[in-house]
Amino acid sequence: MSSSATTVQHPEASPSVGVGNAYDLELIANVRPPGWENPLPRNPYHLLVIGAGPAGLIAARTAAMLGARVALIERDRLGGDSLNYASVPTKTIIRTSRNYADMRNAVNFGVEPPAQIDLNFALAMDRVRRIRARISRSMAATRLTDLGVDLYFGAARFIGPDAVDVGGVCLRFAKAMVATGSQPKPVTIPGLTECGFIHAAEGFELTALPQSILVIGGGPGGCEGAQTFARLGARTIIAMTEPLFLPGEERDAAHMVSDALARDGVEIHLNTKAAEVRIQGDRKVVDLVNDGDVSTVTVDVILVGTGRVPVVDGLALDAAGIAYTDEAGIRVDDFLRTTNPRVYAAGDVCLDHKFTTTAYASGRLVVRNALFPRRKRMSSLTIPWCTYTDPEIAHVGLYVRQARERDIPVKTFTVPMHDVDRAILDGEDSGFVKIHVRDGTDKILGATIVARHAGEMINEISLAMVAGIGLQKLAQVVRAYPTQAEAIRMAAEHYNETRLTPLRRWLLRRWLHRSGRE
Amino acid sequence: MGSGLADSTADEVARRDDAVMLEQLQRAAFDYFPRSTNPRNGLVADRTGDGSPSSIAVVGFALSAYPVGVERGWIDREDAVQRTLQALRFFWHSDQTGRPDATGHRGFYFHFLDMTSGARTWHCELSIMDTALLIAGVLSSAAYFTRQTPLEIELRELADALYRRVDWCWAQGDGAAVAHGWKPEHGFLSYGWEGYSEALILYVLGLGSPTYPLSRASFEAWTLTYQWENLYGHDFLYAGPLFIHQLSHAWIDFRGLQDRFMREKRCDYFENSRRATLVQREYAIRNPLDFRGYARDCWGLSAGDGPRLPPLLVAGRQQTFFGYAARGAPYGPDDGTIAGSAALASLVFAPDIALPVVRALYARTASRVGQDVLASGFNATAGPSGVGNWISQGDFGFDQGLIVLMIESFRSGLLWDLSRKNPYFRTGLSRAGFTGGWLDE
Repeated sequence: MSSSATTVQHPEASPSVGVGNAYDLELIANVRPPGWENPLPRNPYHLLVIGAGPAGLIAARTAAMLGARVALIERDRLGGDSLNYASVPTKTIIRTSRNYADMRNAVNFGVEPPAQIDLNFALAMDRVRRIRARISRSMAATRLTDLGVDLYFGAARFIGPDAVDVGGVCLRFAKAMVATGSQPKPVTIPGLTECGFIHAAEGFELTALPQSILVIGGGPGGCEGAQTFARLGARTIIAMTEPLFLPGEERDAAHMVSDALARDGVEIHLNTKAAEVRIQGDRKVVDLVNDGDVSTVTVDVILVGTGRVPVVDGLALDAAGIAYTDEAGIRVDDFLRTTNPRVYAAGDVCLDHKFTTTAYASGRLVVRNALFPRRKRMSSLTIPWCTYTDPEIAHVGLYVRQARERDIPVKTFTVPMHDVDRAILDGEDSGFVKIHVRDGTDKILGATIVARHAGEMINEISLAMVAGIGLQKLAQVVRAYPTQAEAIRMAAEHYNETRLTPLRRWLLRRWLHRSGRE
Repeated sequence: MGSGLADSTADEVARRDDAVMLEQLQRAAFDYFPRSTNPRNGLVADRTGDGSPSSIAVVGFALSAYPVGVERGWIDREDAVQRTLQALRFFWHSDQTGRPDATGHRGFYFHFLDMTSGARTWHCELSIMDTALLIAGVLSSAAYFTRQTPLEIELRELADALYRRVDWCWAQGDGAAVAHGWKPEHGFLSYGWEGYSEALILYVLGLGSPTYPLSRASFEAWTLTYQWENLYGHDFLYAGPLFIHQLSHAWIDFRGLQDRFMREKRCDYFENSRRATLVQREYAIRNPLDFRGYARDCWGLSAGDGPRLPPLLVAGRQQTFFGYAARGAPYGPDDGTIAGSAALASLVFAPDIALPVVRALYARTASRVGQDVLASGFNATAGPSGVGNWISQGDFGFDQGLIVLMIESFRSGLLWDLSRKNPYFRTGLSRAGFTGGWLDE
């Protein structure tokens, strides 16, 4: 029988699901221990960190390990949005949805799936909670205090250029770092708030799979969410105001992911604005407007992923002379220093790229720049990022467009995954590796990879860029066969082939001819 | 010695056979235009079949094809002049108010027009690109019909007036790049012509205008997203569908011409199209989606008709079919449909690899001459259990026009000679930064 004949069922939650609460109790015990007593201040602190997300945690840990006296202040939970609401939970549920997709596709690998594939949504969400609790162990409050970090729970507010207030206690600092992260951008669609919606990061809080869902916003999170819900079996519609799918990515990459979403059944509406929402029975009716044409969709759940804005409220940044705007967040220079020379910022609160990776890298950079003499520029860092659709899109360095805007001659070595043996035999040959070099040289400017495991593969390019390794050298690296990362070797070998100019060919032939005669 | 003579005779025979074949194919494609034209207004149907509106691009192809027909003796000069004049007079006197049922606005025209009334149909957009193709035909006819007869003088004057009336500058909207189109109901479409595509000729014509030229920044904006890629061992300016690499070359001889980008890459757009053709063959040899019929001598993913069938299990996956679409290599869309005209329209770039395709398709048994090679699309996969011989029904004016013009480029370069004589093409190319080739003559 064909895979399309399998059906997905959504049974009621199984009895075992109640333990989800135990996982959440463990999570809370780690990231927001009940009855926590803030330490007595050891003023002044070498480094005071506001916000214990990925940027704040790494900065506090690193500084403490290097011997600094560190205060870390968190308003909500350790781990920030990344652990609690965004990266960890969403990528966990993506893995589940991938399983469903693979099972439906199993017949193409010679495996007959059962006639009916049951989705146990509650169990899947239970798994999210278990994994979140497990990962939280590494960032537990006690681990931080073990390192010597003074951990404060509460809202921080600047009361001067070198002091903050936490729950009526004054903490003084030599240097501080603000890493309060970001929050979902407020939405202004008429009727939306009244009819109810969830933010992209709350999708895993659902207790049952909705029959239909409208995703508003076409950013990476929206695309990941749309594919996930479609694969789990919900009728999924995604509407984005941008005329192009994933406008920040290279066109081929975006097309490939757009095709993949369409194959999974996602109905994609580009250049489309959600104009109005109203309730009809217990469902939501949404007017979608595309170049003046109005269409209407009726769904059970609306998920909004229209971007994030920095968290700057309540910090009294003005009291410390720190410039900011509500939209762009805290203004920093290339060393991540704010307009107050004692204060730095890191992560979503000040950066355009709101990714966990970027937050982590910027947090580490601030420790170096704030506490030590040899400063480093944010722009000098090589930071990859990845959108976890299937296939994934991963990128590092410059895009072709950016290089051309800077008048850098750029050439791209492209290897379609359908030329890579391992990708073919894995049935994962939709995608490509594109490595951009300065034309005429082998210096890597950047790369875009579309592949099922693009996020893993991009790291090799990041390594090469940081270590200053060009394509010529990459071609010499022998890789295990068969592996998908061989695509990188193939791109590098294509570079070597282009070095064979007519003159070099002639010299080579002459030499071979001579040595053949001897 | 003897065998050498035999070889040269065999070559001679093959060449003669090829010439006969190409004459037949080009004539068959040309015949689309006289038979699909409304003699009262010169409008040409988008495709065969009842109720097809006129496409302004297809009118542009018709106007370009008439000089070819005259040269080859397929149509009387007087007849060609009459047909051309009918179209030019219609467009000149057409409703330019930009109202929802007008014909055009600011010198541009709606993409699809009613064959009889010439009014906008299908709620379509005012098409900047298709107007450019129409204008390319208008200017070609003016460059060809140069006699001092009252009709040919009127033809040239109308052609010049139509070109001068086009407000290219307006089509840039708020940005530097040219918008795809405009609708009376809500203004410019949200998409612009950025990144390498068939719009090269649009920029050349827009930049060459003596009245409302595009800004030079528009060409920079268009080239900014160019991707110079090494793919399957070939360095080229990437675009997936083959017609992108062909369309502008139907009118302009790009051999040896270089803009800033091509100078940097030591290439030109003609050579680039040759490489794009090689990439298409490489893709067909790899045939990553395991379609039937793809081979060294059977390739060509381009814009064209395709099957509209329910999904089918092909090589272990559910293959959907896309109907009329711009198919491309290597990232698709690809549903096993080859555009019959793709190799034919690449003859001028890569005859060594395109001729074998044309010969093979031509030799297939078919109910009419060159059925497969003239078809908008054929698909050997779309059918029960992945075995089929789907073929597009009817003719599309776009395909037939591209075939007539690109075979002519291969045979004589007539349209290229016409654009060389036209100062607007030269000005447009120069303002885009092109040097070399015939521009230096």
